[in-house]
Amino acid sequence: MNYKQPLELTGLIANLDAFFREHLSPFWASVVEGLLILLVIVALYAVLALILIYVERKITGFFQSRLGPNRVGKYGSIQSIADMIKILIKEIIHIKRADLFLYYVAPFFVIGSSLMAFGAIPFGKGLQAVDFKMGVLYLIAVSSIGVLGVLLAGWSSNNKYSMLGAMRSGAQTISYELSAAFSLMTVVVLAGTMQLSEIVEGQRYVWNIFNGHIPALIAFLIYLTSGHAETNRGPFDLPEAEGELTAGYHTEYSGIQFGFYYLAEYLNMFIVAAIATTVFLGGWMPIQVHGWDTFNQVMWYIPSYVWFFGKTALLIFLSLWVRWSFPRLRIDILLNLEWKVLLPINLFNIVMMVVIVLAGWTLTDLFPKLFGLA
Amino acid sequence: MVQQIVFIILALVIALCSVLAVTSKRVIRAATYLLFVLLATSGLFLMLNYHFLFAVQVMVYAGGIMVLFIMAIFLTHQPGKRVATKSSWKVTSSALLAVAGLVLCGVIIVRNLSCAFRVVTEHEISMHTIGQALLGTEKYQFLLPFEAISLLLLACIIGAIMIARKDRGVKEIEKVENEETENSETWEKSL
Repeated sequence: MNYKQPLELTGLIANLDAFFREHLSPFWASVVEGLLILLVIVALYAVLALILIYVERKITGFFQSRLGPNRVGKYGSIQSIADMIKILIKEIIHIKRADLFLYYVAPFFVIGSSLMAFGAIPFGKGLQAVDFKMGVLYLIAVSSIGVLGVLLAGWSSNNKYSMLGAMRSGAQTISYELSAAFSLMTVVVLAGTMQLSEIVEGQRYVWNIFNGHIPALIAFLIYLTSGHAETNRGPFDLPEAEGELTAGYHTEYSGIQFGFYYLAEYLNMFIVAAIATTVFLGGWMPIQVHGWDTFNQVMWYIPSYVWFFGKTALLIFLSLWVRWSFPRLRIDILLNLEWKVLLPINLFNIVMMVVIVLAGWTLTDLFPKLFGLA
Repeated sequence: MVQQIVFIILALVIALCSVLAVTSKRVIRAATYLLFVLLATSGLFLMLNYHFLFAVQVMVYAGGIMVLFIMAIFLTHQPGKRVATKSSWKVTSSALLAVAGLVLCGVIIVRNLSCAFRVVTEHEISMHTIGQALLGTEKYQFLLPFEAISLLLLACIIGAIMIARKDRGVKEIEKVENEETENSETWEKSL
C-alpha cells in the first residue's frame, strides 16, 4: 500500500541531486552535495542547540516555580540568540603555565564526537547523511571519543578542580558507556540488524519496545539512565558539581571554547534521545496499524521528521524532568549503581532477549496476523 | 582523486604524529599524538570499506585504551614534566631497531602486495558475515580463537584484581570493607 506523503523531503532531495548531476561533472557534483550536507548538519546542530537551551531554561523555570527567560523577545524566545552573540564576542582567556596545545585541542574532541554521532542519525524518510551497515556500533564508537576531550581539558587547565572533575567524568563516562552499549545490543538481538534504516523499517507496525516486551522495556530504561549519565547532567553531574568543583573540567574555558562544551552537552542530550527514539520507539516511522488504511493515510500526512522530533522532544522532556527531580549522587553511589546494579541486570537482560527471540515469544512471532506477517 | 587526497592527509597525520609521539618530551603529549595516530588509522579502515574495523579501532583503541592511558598518566607523579633525553647509545640502538622493523615490514608488504589487492573489497561487509565468521565452527570461522582470547582477557581481569589487592590480607580486606559500610551507613543516617 502506497500512502500519499505530501510534506516529505525525499522529492526535493532527489530533484536537487538530479540538478547537480545534470550541470556538474560527477566529481564536482559529489563535492558540492557533500558540502551542502555538511552545511545543513552543522546548521541544524547549532539551531537545535539554541532551541534546546531556550526550552531547557523555560522548563527548568516552570519546574522551580519561576518564569525563566522572559525579557528578550516575546516570552524570552530570542534569549538564546542574544546569549549566542554574547558568547561569540567574549574574550578567550589564555592561561599561563598550562599545556596550551592540549588546552586548545580538547574542546574539538568533545564537539567532533557529538557532531559525528549527530550526522548518522536518521531524522526522517531519506534524511540520513550516512547509513552504515554497522550503524549502532558506529554511534557507540564515535560517542566514546568525547570523554578524551574532557580528560585533556581537565588536565591542561592546570587547575585542581578541573582535574578532579575530569577524573570523575572519565570514571563515570567509561562505566556508563558499557551499560548504554549493552542495552543497545539487546535491541540489535531483537531487530537482527545494526543498520539504523533497517531498524526503523522493521518497526513499521510495532515498536521494538513493545515487540520485545519485558527485556526491551528494561533495556529502554537502562539506556535512558546510562545515556543521561553519559551526558554529565544532573543527577549525574558530578564532573561539574558547581557546589564543590566550581564548574569541573571547563572552569578555565571562556568564550567560544566554553561554548563548544555547552553546545556539545545540549546536543548529546538530543543525540541520546534521538538514538532511543530510533532504536526503541520506531524512529521517524508514523504510528500505523496493519489493515487500517485510512488511519495510516492520516498518519502519513504528518511528515516523518515531525514524528521523529516529536518523539525525541518527549524523551528530552523526560530527561529534564529527571534532572530537576533528583538530587546529585555521590561518586561511590554512582559507580555502585553502574557496576553492581545496571551491568548485572543488563547481562541477564541480553540472555533473556536471546531466549525470547529464539523461542519465538516476541509480539510479531506470537501474533503474526496482527502485523500482516502471516 | 578524492580517495588520493584523503589518503595523503591521513598518511601525513600518521607519519608526523608517530614521530612526535616518540620524540615528545612530555608523557601526556606523547599519549595525545598516539591518539591522533590511532584515529587516523581508523580513517584508513574507513577508506578500505572495513567499517567494522573502523568502529572497533575507534571504540577499543581511541575510546578505551587511550582513555585508560591518559587516566593512568594522570595518576603518575608529574604528568606534565619534561622527561630528560636518554643516553645517545640507547637512542641509536632503538633507531637501528626501528629501521630493521621498517625493512622487515616493507619486505613483507612488497612481497604480498598482489595478495592484499585481492583481499580488499569494493563493498561494505555485512555484519552478519562478520558475526558468523567470529562465532561459527566451519571453515574460515573462528569460534575457538575467539573463545580462547575471551578466556585470556578474563584471566587478565582477575589477575588485575589480585594485583590491586596484593598488599592486604583477607582479614584486613574484611576490616576495611566493614569500615566502609559503617561509614556509608553513618553518612546515610546523617542525611
